[in-house]
Amino acid sequence: MSSITHNTRRNFLKQVALSGGGLMLGFSWFEDASAMPALTGGEEIDISGFNSYLSIGKDGIVTISSPNPELGQNIKTSFAQIVADELDADWNKVKVVQANLDTKKFDRQLTGGSGAIPHSWKRLRTAGATARQMLVNAAALQWNVPAEECTTSNGFVMHKSGKKLGYGELSSAAAKLEIPKEVKLKDIKDFKLIGKPIKNVENRNIVTGKGVFGLDFYREGMMFAVIQRPPAFGTKIKSVNAEAAKAMLGVTDVVTFKNNVAVVGKSTWEVMKAKSKLKIEYENEKGALESSADHDKIFSDLMDNGQAQVKRKDGDVDAAFKNAAKIVKAEYQCPFLPHNPMEPQNFFAHVREDGIELVGPLQLPAVSRKAVSDLLKVPEEKITIEITRLGGGFGRRLKSDYVLEAAELSSIIKQPVKLIWSREDDMGGGSYRPSVRYRFEAALDASGNMTGYKCRGVGINEGNSLRPDNFPSGAVDNLLIDTVNHSSPITVGAWRAPVTNFLAFAEQSFLDEVAEASGKDPVQMRLDLLKKAKTTPVGAIRYDIDRMETVIKTAAEKSGWGKKKGVFQGFSVYFSHASYVAQVCEIALKNGKPEIQKIYAVSDCGVVVNESGAKQQVMGAIVDGYGHAMYGKFNFKDGEPEQKNFDRYRLIRMKEIPEVEASFINNGIDPTGLGEPALPPTGGAVANAIFKATGKRIRKQPFVGEPPFSK
Amino acid sequence: MPVFKLRVNGKDHTVDVAEDTPLLWVLRDNLRLLGTKYGCGIGQCGACTVHFNGSATRSCLLPVSAAATAQITTIEGLSEKGDHPVQKAWEEVDVPQCGYCQAGQIMTAAAFLKQVPKPTAEQIQSAMHGNICRCGAYHRIREAVQLASTKTK
Repeated sequence: MSSITHNTRRNFLKQVALSGGGLMLGFSWFEDASAMPALTGGEEIDISGFNSYLSIGKDGIVTISSPNPELGQNIKTSFAQIVADELDADWNKVKVVQANLDTKKFDRQLTGGSGAIPHSWKRLRTAGATARQMLVNAAALQWNVPAEECTTSNGFVMHKSGKKLGYGELSSAAAKLEIPKEVKLKDIKDFKLIGKPIKNVENRNIVTGKGVFGLDFYREGMMFAVIQRPPAFGTKIKSVNAEAAKAMLGVTDVVTFKNNVAVVGKSTWEVMKAKSKLKIEYENEKGALESSADHDKIFSDLMDNGQAQVKRKDGDVDAAFKNAAKIVKAEYQCPFLPHNPMEPQNFFAHVREDGIELVGPLQLPAVSRKAVSDLLKVPEEKITIEITRLGGGFGRRLKSDYVLEAAELSSIIKQPVKLIWSREDDMGGGSYRPSVRYRFEAALDASGNMTGYKCRGVGINEGNSLRPDNFPSGAVDNLLIDTVNHSSPITVGAWRAPVTNFLAFAEQSFLDEVAEASGKDPVQMRLDLLKKAKTTPVGAIRYDIDRMETVIKTAAEKSGWGKKKGVFQGFSVYFSHASYVAQVCEIALKNGKPEIQKIYAVSDCGVVVNESGAKQQVMGAIVDGYGHAMYGKFNFKDGEPEQKNFDRYRLIRMKEIPEVEASFINNGIDPTGLGEPALPPTGGAVANAIFKATGKRIRKQPFVGEPPFSK
Repeated sequence: MPVFKLRVNGKDHTVDVAEDTPLLWVLRDNLRLLGTKYGCGIGQCGACTVHFNGSATRSCLLPVSAAATAQITTIEGLSEKGDHPVQKAWEEVDVPQCGYCQAGQIMTAAAFLKQVPKPTAEQIQSAMHGNICRCGAYHRIREAVQLASTKTK
C-alpha cells in the first residue's frame, strides 16, 4: 500500500492506493469545517489527523467505514448517505462497515449528545466531493478533455460527447492523482440522497436475526460470567460463602473482587443459576441507607436551607418580587430512572500477556479503553476495542463500569470471558437519571407581564441540574437560577437528553401556570417573551430566537391551536442539542377521563439528512418521553431499588402510544442534533393538555398515581 | 447431564444440558442461533419469542425438557431467504431503530398473522402488546404488521 499525504493537521485528506487497485481516502475531523483540503501530495503521513475511510474498488463498490457506535440513531446509514451524495455514488453499490476503535484514525468516535451529524456534516461532504472530483479528473485525463466538461451521476463520470466510465473503472487511475486543493460542495437543491428516506443499512441483518449485538459475540473457549453486586447502594461485602455456588454444574470459578462476586462457568444458564446459590452478607459502608421517602425530606430541607450555587442572575430579583402584583410558585419533582436498554450490559474481555482484546456495545470506546488501561496498568496501544452494534444505550453505555468488570475478571481468571448482566443487574446496577426537584417562582406585574423569574434545582448527585442560558432566560429582566446538590451513594449518569429530559417538563409546565395566572394564551405568551428577548435582551442566551419562534408558530398552525372543538390542547417548546422542537398534545375526555390522542411535533434540526430515520428519532423520542413521564416509577427502599424487572417496572407498550405527526422545518441550515431533542418537550405538552382538559396540574412524574390518573 | 433431542428450524439437534435450561440459552449458547434475544428472563419483554409448534412462545421461560418434542422455529428459520411477508414488511416500513427487540416482534407478528390473517388495528395492538420496544418504534411495528397482513395469502 503506498500513500500520498501532507504532513500537517491543516490538511484534510489522505489518499492511499489500495494494493488491489482502487481509491481510498481518509478524512479528518480536526480542522474547522471551513478549512478545505490543501494537499500537495508526496509527503509523509501524519495519520493522527484522519478520520473515516472511503474506498472505491475496481468493481465500483464504495465502502464507507462508520466510526461511531450505532445504537439506533441511524448513524451508520446517515453518515454513508452524506458521503455518497457528494460522491454521486450509486446507493446500491455502497457498503457500510463499522470501524473498530482507532483514535489515530478517527476523532469523536462516540455516541452521545446528539452530536455525530453536526460534527461531521462538512467533513463527510468534503470527503465525498473530493473523491468525486478525483474520479472526474481521472476520466478527463483519459479522454483528454477538460474536467469542467465532465459530469457525474449514479456512479459514472460522463462527458458531453457521450463518453461514460464507471467509478470502478476509474478508481485505480484516480488514486494516483493529486488530491484537489479545493472542491465544490453541492447546492442543497442538488442533493439526491441527503433528505431521502433511505432505509437502515442494517435492516436485513436485523430482520433475519444475524448476531450483530454485543451479547451475540461468542469466541470458542471463552468463559461465561455473571456478577453479584451489592443489592443496596451504600453497602459493601462483609462475608462470602460460595460453596454451594461452586458445587453447581458447569461452574469453574467464583471470584471476589472489589464489591463483586463473579461466578464463572461454561454457559450462561449455569452461571446464572449458580449465582442464586451465593450466600453473601453485606454491611453498611457509611451512614443510613437512603429510601425515596428520605429523598422527599432532603429535597424539602435543601430547597429552603441548602447552600445554593448561583448559575445565573439578571437584574434585581428581590425588588421584582417585592413589587409584584401577583406571584406564581410551584414545585416539580421526578424520580430516578433506569435506562433499560433492551440489550442488558455485557462485554467480552481477553486479557493476555501481550495485550487486551475487548468486544462489545459501548458509547465511549476511547474513554473505556483509557479506563481499562489505568485499571490494569496496560498501555492503551496494547488494548483493542471492537465496537458491536448496541441494543440501545440511552446514555447507560457512556459508563465503563461493565467494561472494567469484564477486563478485571479476565485478568484474574486469565481466560477470555463474556460478562453478562441480567435485567435485574441492569435495573439495579446504578447510573440512573437523577431524581430532582425544582421550585419555580414568577413575579407578574398588574398587566400580567413576567417581571421576575426564579428557578432553584435540588438534585441528587447532580448539582448542575439546570440550563441557565436557555429560554426563558434573556426574556425576563430579573432572573435567578441556582442549584443545590445532595450527595448520595446512589449512582447517577446521563440519561437520554440529560437534565432536560425532566427540566423541560418542569419549565414548560410552569410557563403554562404563568400563562394561566396572567390570563394569556400559552402560545402567545411564549411569543411575547421571545419578542422581548429580541428587542430588549437580558444577558447571554444560547438559543436562536427566530428559530424558536418559527417552530412555535408552525406547531400552532399545524395543530390548529385554539381552533379545535372537542379536544384539549397543551403546548410545549424546547431548545436542546442545538435543535428546536415544539409540540402540541391533544387530549379528549372519554367518560370524564383524559385520553391522549395525538402529539404534533415540529422540529428544526436544520437539514434533515434521512427523512425516515429523522421521523423515527422524533416518534421514538416522543414515545420515550411520554412513556417515562407517564409510567416511570422507580423507588428506593433502604438503598435498594424496588423495581428490578419489567414485572414491577412499567415501560410503555404498543396500546399506550399516542399518535404522532412529525414534521420538520428543513430550513437548509447545517444539521443539528436529533437523537434527543424531541424528548424534552413531550411531558410538558401532555401535562399542559391534561390541565386544560381536567383542571388538574401534574407536577410530579410518573403521572400515573397523580390526579387525574389513578394509581 | 441429560441429552435432549431438539427439532429447530426443521433440523435435528442433540444437546447435553441441564433439564431446566431455558430454550433461549440452548438456542444461543449451544446452537449459536443468535437471533433470539435475552431481554428480561421472566417472559415480560418478548425479545426471546420463538414459535413452539407454530405458537409464539417465550423461550426464556421454556425449559429445554419441555421443548424436546416440539417443532421449534426461530427468526433464522422463519423463512429460507428472509422473505417472509413480515420480514419484508419490516424492511419496507423501515422499522428497526436499535433492532434488538425486532426478532421477537417479528416472531410474535408472524404467529399472530397465521392465526388472524386479516386483523383489525385493535387486534394488532393486542397481539403486539407483550413485546417491548425500548426505542419506541411501535408506530412502525404496527404499520408493518398491517402491511404484512395485506401480503399474507
